[in-house]
Amino acid sequence: MTARAFLVRGLLVGLLAGFATFLVAHEVGEPHVETAIALEEASSAGDRAADAGHSHDEGTEVSRPDQRTWGLLTGSVAVGVAVGGIVALVAASVVGRIGRMSPGRSTALVSLIGFVSVALVPFLKYPATPPAVGSGDTIGDRTSYFFGFVLISVAFAAFSSLLAIRLIDDIGTYAAVLAGVGVYVVAVVVAGQLMPTVNEVGDFPADVLWYFRRASLITLATLWAVIGVGLTGLVGRLHRREADVVQRRALAATL
Amino acid sequence: MSQSSAAPTSPIVEVPSIPAREIAPWALFFGLLGLLVLFFISADQGAVSIPSGNAIHEWVHDSRHLLGYPCH
Ligand SMILES: [Zn+2]
Repeated sequence: MTARAFLVRGLLVGLLAGFATFLVAHEVGEPHVETAIALEEASSAGDRAADAGHSHDEGTEVSRPDQRTWGLLTGSVAVGVAVGGIVALVAASVVGRIGRMSPGRSTALVSLIGFVSVALVPFLKYPATPPAVGSGDTIGDRTSYFFGFVLISVAFAAFSSLLAIRLIDDIGTYAAVLAGVGVYVVAVVVAGQLMPTVNEVGDFPADVLWYFRRASLITLATLWAVIGVGLTGLVGRLHRREADVVQRRALAATL
Repeated sequence: MSQSSAAPTSPIVEVPSIPAREIAPWALFFGLLGLLVLFFISADQGAVSIPSGNAIHEWVHDSRHLLGYPCH
């Protein structure tokens, strides 16, 4: 097994995940994006005189039909390939280093921890917002809070995982996993309590907000699920093939 | 027939690991490349802007919202 073999598989699976993410985002998410934009335009038409115009009205115009098809496809595929590649590199660096876990299993574990720490936990603190929710003036703060929290979450996920791996030999798998998960959960809950809350919902309808957020979570889950399941399958197959070669060589040597 | 290669392997499947020295260049180059791509999709031309204007932001706008990155 080589880093290159992992990376190639990760990029391939990431490309596939990008297309799947686009399909799901387009079918499940876009209707709610459209509703939100319609609401935004209705409200901004009301107070156009007072409003200096929000950040999206100036500069380059990309039409809505382009944004929700080719634009969405570009973003989904780019993120899919990037995440696929990074997950593959992390999977390559932990393979054979988590107890006696098989390459397929350690890859599945990396994907699961990746989804929880990069997507799910940050979503719980700073959930996705539809267009019309969120002020252009706070985009800088919101961006730094979000990525700050992602960084904290990923750092503690890595730390807790290393801790659990260290402890397995001393206190057993059950207690070690419990310790790792416990440290991670306490750390992100404390960090989440300490970090500022963003609430710019205003009088945006609660049902549209919920539908949008649910769709966003489904989109993120699709991205990570395709990468996790796909890469686990490909790495498992690669390992079986290499193990077969080793076994055949060993058998040939005994003859 | 060398003696060393003839050592019979145990039935337990060996779990290979990749030496850190081999992974490092791949991780450094492609890891950074991947993070750069994520940066352009998720944060560029919102809070921070490398090429001025908002062409990238507008083009990938819907994926920013649906993938949970802060937008407008
Ligand atoms: Zn937006």
